[in-house]
Amino acid sequence: MTLTIDAALLDRHGLTAEEYERIVTAMGRTPNLTELGIYSVMWSEHCSYKSSKIHLKTLPTTGPRVVQGPGENAGAVDIGDGLAAVFKIESHNHPSFIEPYQGAATGVGGIIRDIFTMGARPIALLNSLRFGEPDTPLTRRIVSGVVSGIAGYGNSIGIPTIGGEVMFDDCYAGNPLVNVLCLGVAHVSEIVKGRADGVGNPVYYVGAKTGRDGIHGATMASAEFDESSSEKRPAVQVGDPFMEKLLLEACLEVMKNDALVGIQDMGAAGLTCSTSEMGARAGTGVEIDTALVPQRETGMTPYEIMLSESQERMLLVVTLGREHEIEAIFEKWDLHAVRIGTVIEEPILRVRHHGELVAEIPNGSLVDEAPLYDRPTQLPAYLGEAQSLDIASLGVPPAPVAALDALLASPNIASKRWIYRQYDHMVRTNTLTLPDAGTPCVRVKGTPRAVAMSVDGNGRYCYLDPREGARAAVAEAARNVACAGARPIGATNNLNFANPQRPEIMWQFVESVRGIGDACRALGIPITGGNVSLYNETEGRGIYPTPVLGVVGLIDDASRTVGGVIREAGLDVILLGTPAGDLGGSEYLRVMHGLVRGRPPRVDLDRERALCALLADAAHDGVVHAAQDASDGGLAIAMAECTFATGIGVDIDLPAPNQAHDAFLTLRALFGETAGVALVVAAHNGTGAVLARANDLGVPARVIGRTGGERLRLRVNGQVAIDEPVARCAATWRGALEARLGVA
Amino acid sequence: MKFAVVVFPGSNCDHDAYHAAKHVLGQEAEFVWHKDTDLRGADVVILPGGFSYGDYLRTGAIARYSPVMQAVAAFSATGGPVLGICNGFQVLLEAGLLEGAMLRNARLKFNCEHVHLRVEQTTTPFTARCAPGSVLRIPVAHGEGNYFADPVTLQRLEANGQVIFRYCTAAGEIADAANPNGSLHNIAGICNATRNVVGLMPHPERACETALGSADGLVMFESAIDYVTAGARA
Repeated sequence: MTLTIDAALLDRHGLTAEEYERIVTAMGRTPNLTELGIYSVMWSEHCSYKSSKIHLKTLPTTGPRVVQGPGENAGAVDIGDGLAAVFKIESHNHPSFIEPYQGAATGVGGIIRDIFTMGARPIALLNSLRFGEPDTPLTRRIVSGVVSGIAGYGNSIGIPTIGGEVMFDDCYAGNPLVNVLCLGVAHVSEIVKGRADGVGNPVYYVGAKTGRDGIHGATMASAEFDESSSEKRPAVQVGDPFMEKLLLEACLEVMKNDALVGIQDMGAAGLTCSTSEMGARAGTGVEIDTALVPQRETGMTPYEIMLSESQERMLLVVTLGREHEIEAIFEKWDLHAVRIGTVIEEPILRVRHHGELVAEIPNGSLVDEAPLYDRPTQLPAYLGEAQSLDIASLGVPPAPVAALDALLASPNIASKRWIYRQYDHMVRTNTLTLPDAGTPCVRVKGTPRAVAMSVDGNGRYCYLDPREGARAAVAEAARNVACAGARPIGATNNLNFANPQRPEIMWQFVESVRGIGDACRALGIPITGGNVSLYNETEGRGIYPTPVLGVVGLIDDASRTVGGVIREAGLDVILLGTPAGDLGGSEYLRVMHGLVRGRPPRVDLDRERALCALLADAAHDGVVHAAQDASDGGLAIAMAECTFATGIGVDIDLPAPNQAHDAFLTLRALFGETAGVALVVAAHNGTGAVLARANDLGVPARVIGRTGGERLRLRVNGQVAIDEPVARCAATWRGALEARLGVA
Repeated sequence: MKFAVVVFPGSNCDHDAYHAAKHVLGQEAEFVWHKDTDLRGADVVILPGGFSYGDYLRTGAIARYSPVMQAVAAFSATGGPVLGICNGFQVLLEAGLLEGAMLRNARLKFNCEHVHLRVEQTTTPFTARCAPGSVLRIPVAHGEGNYFADPVTLQRLEANGQVIFRYCTAAGEIADAANPNGSLHNIAGICNATRNVVGLMPHPERACETALGSADGLVMFESAIDYVTAGARA
């Protein structure tokens, strides 16, 4: 067959003419169609990180606890007792727009495979979701589908979805974000790598059969959407959580057997990616025959088999002569491991079909020699105007209670109960902090420890100042795990942006990565892996730049885990940090004035580090009853949220911010958003200890009131600004999301 | 004494039941693979929660054919205490060891949250230590827990005192608002005619440690231990 490689064919494969020339040079000849397809998925943005890699390399990735940094299926950090927390975040944004249920479900399945592929038992899932405003039929369909998909997969496989964040903004209407973090626990000494070592060793395929679903999924995730995107539905894969449950249990059993050499899941770019990456890591090659691959459909071509992204498939390399040991374990689980190839000496990917050679490509050119772009950047034109905020132009300030009610009813702040109760958040009996009760935490059975996790990102902040917004995302996630009493020990990031070929978007990206680097270095939190999702735009309209940070923290004594719920009256409320009362980029400004403007709050990373240390130390001392950081909606919302679970009220006096003497002073104190601030409810007789610790660490701290009663009484500089029954506020907060989604 | 926890393909609360029996209560516990036909001398058998065979057909409809179920049936026929939790309850219904069937939750959504249960009967191996009418706070986590039985069966179950748990308010009132899934008569759990096989949708194994939010489920395991150690199984 002669193949004419023309512009249209390259375009369908998402390759440029220059990239094609590189392929010809790397191969020393013209590729055939199968080879072109293989290059197209491996060199896609999704697999190669070609637009982002040079920037990602600037991130801090090392530290005393890092067991595995970026480059493997997931990162790992030491949590003591010979154990490691293995975790990563991954996006499934594009598929979730096209087919919300399956898109989200397979996103969950994919990240779970990345974790157990490392030899870790997955014990927790979190997610970070972004949708359009919840009133539209399109968004309601997407929300409902995505939540059901996450639930359908996670609940069935039996890994608890213990928390996350959900934000609604019109910019995500045509580009929802579905970022899923999975964390597992492995013995450090038993972490498994995706390497094809040992020339002559057999290569096995196990799991679901290969179908035509998901062909070019990776290239789809590397392109913008337009009106015809719904036609891409066949590129979305279908998930089978039962199959994955069998694979999970069987693989964890197989990994205890040293006949296993290496293992990798088939995620994006399927068989192509797993064969070439396993070979590249080991400096070997892999030869397979696609005719041996179990197939769901008849008449599949090698091109289709190599590019399929059918879910729930694994590739294994097994020690020659001990195949039966591995086969027997899979048989027990009614899975059939099939030998499809061999590890070879030449560092190439060689594909045969019924013995006939159909592709032969150097691994290095696929895995390590994809083009890298230093794409041009340009300061966005919108920025100057968007960053200016004239408070005087806001008119007459609303009554504080009106703003409180509106913010509690904002879907960004309202309880996500309708969502999280669809998720099994308790299976495996490790969940120490339930949803809406504080930062998600799971204990690590067999040890005295627990792990706290938080995923955070604020697209509004990043739109207004990507570097500051990214710093804020790291700081908020770190602060959240510190509120639980944990010391942050590692992070993973999911960088969601629009089209990087537009210089203004690339500028947002570069600035965000800088911000993450600043904050992670200052806070001593290494990035151990992550994911980049670009081209999040539909019909030319991009999302806010939305870097999402997942921070993992360690609690040495699980019994000292702190939540965010007031369970006792008569306790002191302590304000840590100095609120600046910024309204720039705030939820208040968006909800009450319909504006996304101004400069987001500045993060003082030294103060943030001291605050995190204080929160973890005080929790370890057992002097913290509850802790809550102030984020969307400021201190008023943070305080209110602590009262809802039990109905026990507070009476506190917030300081007015220093620099702002305008008509919005009270509103700034209540709803202004400040980094480096948290509220702590001291345990009985614990106030002195918290204040002393704060003094030692140089964190401003003062007692601002007490718990008790059934009212939310918030004063500003001594004047009562809000005095409402907790029950009424709680009812607003609890029912608002359902009402906005029309599911009440 | 020894608990056996049956593992079907897709069981996912097997480790939780095992943990409760072994590590919280300090009893012997052993997993029994669904292809096994021997319960290994177990004194109590637990069919755990999860999604056996993915629940792609009706819940529990395939697991009932697993070889181990013959052993479970034989064990129950001789009075052995069997507890089916969530998917385990669904398997017992499909196996005919308990009567009735499950529909999808009335709200058509999976639902995970703590609920309140009123103990209606204390004459089973799993409720003997409960105070009659006491209220337990225990989580549910299911999409198909809407208990259904035809009127004749339902009346017989009620008349024989085979309804063991009902969803209730914190104060113990049986109310629609306290029913998380639409179950008839607020039924959360039932037993067989000989009272040794109990099935319930809520998860007592998730409520055995205060650190997890409730320890109200412990009493069911403790009841079973009493039952066995007292030789009540005559």
